Amino acid sequence: MKTEVLGRLRRFWIGVAMFAFAAGGLAILAPEGNAEYADVVINNYSDKAGMRPVVFPHWFHRVRFRCKVCHADLGFQFKAGGNDINMVKIIEGQFCGACHNGEIAWSVENCNLCHSAVPNTPTQVHESTLQKLVAPAGDRKK
Amino acid sequence: MNTTGWAGRIWRVALFTVSMLVLTAASGGDTRKWKSIAEDGLHDGDNPAATALQSPGEALKMLPPDGAGNQVNWVKALRDGYVKPRTTLNETTPVQTLDADILMKRTVEMPYVRFPHLAHTEWLECSNCHEKIFKSKAGATPVNMFQILQGEYCGRCHGAVAFPLTECNRCHSVPHKAAKEKP
Repeated sequence: MKTEVLGRLRRFWIGVAMFAFAAGGLAILAPEGNAEYADVVINNYSDKAGMRPVVFPHWFHRVRFRCKVCHADLGFQFKAGGNDINMVKIIEGQFCGACHNGEIAWSVENCNLCHSAVPNTPTQVHESTLQKLVAPAGDRKK
Repeated sequence: MNTTGWAGRIWRVALFTVSMLVLTAASGGDTRKWKSIAEDGLHDGDNPAATALQSPGEALKMLPPDGAGNQVNWVKALRDGYVKPRTTLNETTPVQTLDADILMKRTVEMPYVRFPHLAHTEWLECSNCHEKIFKSKAGATPVNMFQILQGEYCGRCHGAVAFPLTECNRCHSVPHKAAKEKP
């Protein structure tokens, strides 16, 4: 009788250990970051103008356009915040306005679709290697 | 032997089933996960338009997997036709590709770097890198990891948009021995 109880107990603990091992493995596999890799927040003027900062998702755009469409043809610098983008230029058809004109992509009246970040989020490329190495927990969390 | 009994048998069957399920989930299926717009901590939940935006997982789960960055092998996605991104806005300029590998040997004890022009020119234009970021002459640009980590040279894209800088072996892929044996 005693051995049966002991055996059951041992199997129970083996089960617990296996579960813990599996759960640990899944936790490592799950993404730890918040934003998607290469999401760019642009907040050159937004906060000051009382608008939410802009979120630019690279993943969404590169499904549809090669890098060079924006970074060669449209003149976007390879630097977050390095392009002096403002709404006047966009309405004139520069930068985002080359597509966001209601023909290729949604037009500028849809403010909230681009101006969608949590207020006061600084201009930066999210989930970049440097950001992760310097501030692994994500410095955006208050 | 009696001590095992029914309880023991049930336990063993249960353990076996659970471990098999865990193994299948871990090795076989696509385990990639992406944060949705609602839970990414980046988008403002108070924004009435937030629900109109597509979450990364909806689109990226259909693309070939990768272990880092967006968890998408973008080069494969393009070559195998999973994505058909436009080349220019007026659709007239052809893709100008160059199939030439550059071997970068100033890597100290790390394996040499093989730079494939092809994968890069499938996405980019020559002028994106030349002559401002890289001189066209091989070896003429003083590339180093400190600068790359700070976003210069390869770091303009790698570590920000292209695969992360923690993927050392993807660039440092040519052992010194293998390079010597080549004619």
